[in-house]
Amino acid sequence: MAKIEIQNLSKDFNTPNGVLHAVKNASLTVNDGEVVVIIGPSGSGKSTMLRCVNGLEKPTSGHILIDGTDTADPATDIRKMREEVGMVFQSFNLFPHLTVLENITLAPIKVKKMPKAEASELAMKLLKRVGLEEKAEVHPAQLSGGQQQRVAIARALAMNPKAMLFDEPTSALDPEMIKEVLDVMLSLAKDGMTMLLVTHEMGFAKAAADKVVFMDKGEIIETGTPEKMFTAPENDRAKDFLAHIL
Amino acid sequence: MDINEIDKKIKAEAIRQHTVSVDPNAPKSGTTTINMTDGVLIPKKEEKHVLTSWRLTFFGAVILSAVLIIFFPDPYRTIFLTCLRGAPVTFEVTVFSIIGAVIIGTFTGLGSVSKRRWINMICGVYVELIRGIPLLVQLIFIYYAVGSLFHVEGLIAAIFSLSVCFGAYMGEIVRAGIQAIPKGQMEAAIALGMSRSQAFRYIILPQTVKVILPAIGNEFISMLKDSSLVSVLSLEDILRCGRMYISRTFLSLETMLVVALIYLMITLVLSRLVGLLEERLHKNG
Repeated sequence: MAKIEIQNLSKDFNTPNGVLHAVKNASLTVNDGEVVVIIGPSGSGKSTMLRCVNGLEKPTSGHILIDGTDTADPATDIRKMREEVGMVFQSFNLFPHLTVLENITLAPIKVKKMPKAEASELAMKLLKRVGLEEKAEVHPAQLSGGQQQRVAIARALAMNPKAMLFDEPTSALDPEMIKEVLDVMLSLAKDGMTMLLVTHEMGFAKAAADKVVFMDKGEIIETGTPEKMFTAPENDRAKDFLAHIL
Repeated sequence: MDINEIDKKIKAEAIRQHTVSVDPNAPKSGTTTINMTDGVLIPKKEEKHVLTSWRLTFFGAVILSAVLIIFFPDPYRTIFLTCLRGAPVTFEVTVFSIIGAVIIGTFTGLGSVSKRRWINMICGVYVELIRGIPLLVQLIFIYYAVGSLFHVEGLIAAIFSLSVCFGAYMGEIVRAGIQAIPKGQMEAAIALGMSRSQAFRYIILPQTVKVILPAIGNEFISMLKDSSLVSVLSLEDILRCGRMYISRTFLSLETMLVVALIYLMITLVLSRLVGLLEERLHKNG
């Protein structure tokens, strides 16, 4: 069953130099429990597409269906949809004025009206899962980049999302911290979480992805299994790109 | 002497001669260190310089006041007592109008970053209007307008007009503070399913407060000084008490010296408090 369905999505930005077509008529389906990795050169519209999925950007045209519900439908509660799709950002975006525990419990308490004790218990469980239970009372500034990103993942998981979006989760990290974040993501994938990622970690794509999508200049050029994409891509641009990063 | 040791000494001497110190206070002899500080240009709090300039002014004012009161009780003691009678009014006006200005400023700041265009418009016009008219003119105008429309007490009318005037500046501070918070904070909150107003309440505003507290502290000081303008509205603050005393005794120079000293001492104490507050905020990260 399709968890996330992107149908003919287009997104234009008005810039001083004219209209920029960030995403052009892209369609993509992420099935339940699937891990889909989007790759492509910078400026190819990967992040924009991801941001459209949880409504941070409003699509110019096209539809996004989450669990069969159209986000463009005026009757749809867009906030409800966002609760169901967790998002992890490149720059972590933890709330610096709150402790790690408060970062995780804030949304469940305020949005889901969960009792505080229950939220704290859930947060501790999630912190244990990402291996940071001893950092609950610390402020984000005292954590390393890798630890911050793991907290950000725990924060997104606290809303019990049906799917997770990752926007270059390891791009802002030092090499030695990338692994700890990827390990958390791998364990999520193993547990059957539906995931849509933008990443340049080809090792992760090989290990966990069910599908790899290559985007260039706002278009989805090629879709395939990781084995096929990494060994024998059909498209020339994809070949060229993969030759550079593999 | 060992040849190695001589060698070492020569090298050390050569290094010492080539060491360029940009800090004139650095020791001229002794160990050879390259001292690269910006301490000369931007004095730090730990260095004595700033503290002494504050201390010099403050204790200078305190000592001068003490000398005047002790050695020239006539007329200075009377002047001090007369002027200080206006202090409660000055404080009252300042404290209440800062509360009013913070409330107006918060709404103006939020309005300036609102997504609704007409709210932006109202806030923008308010800020432009207030910033374009001299404070004294506004004060008198609003005072008479409020007075003739609502028949309120002079003190309340003065507090209202000061709040309105400073609310605009405060609004700009709040707006700048909100815009200083990285965009990702709002996005993360929205992505977690929060509404915009929830995100503002729990994520953006708490961080904004931290950013703008020092600026608000400075505004507080300048409001205390500008509260002397209400003396034209027949409110008996420090300045007006002084001027009334002048009209009785014609001791203008002496009285104004005392008025200046009182304002100076209050302002210096406040600026120190603001400085301490700022330091504490920095420490808490």
